[in-house]
Amino acid sequence: MTGTIFGLVGAALIGIGLFGMLVRRDALLRILSFNLLGGGVFLVFGAVARRGAGAGFGGDPVPQAIILTGIVVAFAATTLAVALVLRLAAAKDRA
Amino acid sequence: MSLLADGFTILCVLAGLVFFAAGTAGLLRFPDTASRLHALTKADHLGLGLVVLGLLPQMDSLAGILRLLAIWALVLLASAATGPMIARLLRRQGGAS
Amino acid sequence: MILGLVADGLLAAGILALALACVATRRAFASAALFIAYGLLLALAWARLGASDVALTEASIGAGLSGVLLLGGVRRLAGLAEPSPDAETGPLLTVLIGIGCAAVALAIGAAVLLLPDPAPSLAPQVAANLATTDLGNPVTGVLMSFRALDTLLESAVVLLAVVCVWALAPEGGWGGVAGPRQPIVRDGPLALLARVLPPLGIVIAIHILWVGADAPGGKFQAAAVLAAMWLMPWMAGLAPAPRIDARWLRLVLAAGPALFILIGLGGALAEGAFLAYPPGWAKPLILAIEIVLTASIAVALALLVMGPPEPPR
Repeated sequence: MTGTIFGLVGAALIGIGLFGMLVRRDALLRILSFNLLGGGVFLVFGAVARRGAGAGFGGDPVPQAIILTGIVVAFAATTLAVALVLRLAAAKDRA
Repeated sequence: MSLLADGFTILCVLAGLVFFAAGTAGLLRFPDTASRLHALTKADHLGLGLVVLGLLPQMDSLAGILRLLAIWALVLLASAATGPMIARLLRRQGGAS
Repeated sequence: MILGLVADGLLAAGILALALACVATRRAFASAALFIAYGLLLALAWARLGASDVALTEASIGAGLSGVLLLGGVRRLAGLAEPSPDAETGPLLTVLIGIGCAAVALAIGAAVLLLPDPAPSLAPQVAANLATTDLGNPVTGVLMSFRALDTLLESAVVLLAVVCVWALAPEGGWGGVAGPRQPIVRDGPLALLARVLPPLGIVIAIHILWVGADAPGGKFQAAAVLAAMWLMPWMAGLAPAPRIDARWLRLVLAAGPALFILIGLGGALAEGAFLAYPPGWAKPLILAIEIVLTASIAVALALLVMGPPEPPR
């Protein structure tokens, strides 16, 4: 039940994040929406992990490890995106 | 004994929640930033202290108790530092918002 | 358990409300602050889902470091000239996009509800093979032994991100000090935090790294805490940011992935498969990789938040 609730929350977050990315014009808000989208995908994955509980573990460890990797990679992508936005703004500023 | 511990936990956590609610009410209703800061830091400190106090009987080892107290001390330190930081920023910006 | 359902429901409502507010706000600063709060609630959701390692990572990297990064980005953007804004999306297009996104969300929600029952799971295989690694935490076992290639590629991706962020240095900035100049703050609350927290944080980070072998924890969470302990004095102007052409910096950054690859090649020679550990040597090798990788990733995360070097004035 817990897994299903948060899986549905993840689906809703995917919709919200996608909407923010497509509709908002401010670059930083789009990056934030991209992070929301990523969080939603991870939650769906987490629901799958929760349902795979067994063999004495509270959840399937393989999806959990993959989500962990995903969070770190998403952070690295966000830093690159923010650096790009700042560089673009600085270039426009001098032009 | 366990019933007493559980009762103590429930009472303290509920009291802590009341203080958190009071702090949030202050955040939403007070007119300017300085008084909102006041409500947040004071009420939340007390609320967190009560919640931690209530959770102490649920720990089954000294390490757990020390960890809870360390968490409380760190949160206290962090908000004791950020409250004045926000207030200084406010004073430099010249007034309440 | 009814109480558990109520807690989950409230948590879910909070997460959705914060996400909606994050997307609906016009001001980037408010959006970033709401995002940090959303990240913390998400960490609680992970705890409810029984994924404590993921909860720690979400709180430290997803909410903590990402929040610092975004707030810093908002501040630096505000200092630059106001860019000519693109035209706001028209109302008709907004509604159409909204319907499309709702359709996507409904489709994924349906997929979640239609997941196969009984759920397929790799937990039995992990439980059966965890003894070969001498680890007690199954997630650490998966990360460092069963899916070690993923972790190696992940550390390579973080390293690549550092190189790409450095490549965005403006004209004449290559080789300079990372990040914008921070004003020196000698006293006051920020200086207090910058002096008191780092020793505590370093001890806590080492504890998280060590305890990750048998309990929730691990090297990414520890690396995030270490990065934060460097960033705090940096923001107070009390610790200098390194020059990006410093040799020690590049050695520390490369040491983690390099050791990982070396041990992998050693495993290929000894056992016939890349990243296979010889029996009995698994835990010492994993520990060695974890310690060096924590240092590398901590430095990499701190450099990612600091950003590219600024041009010399």
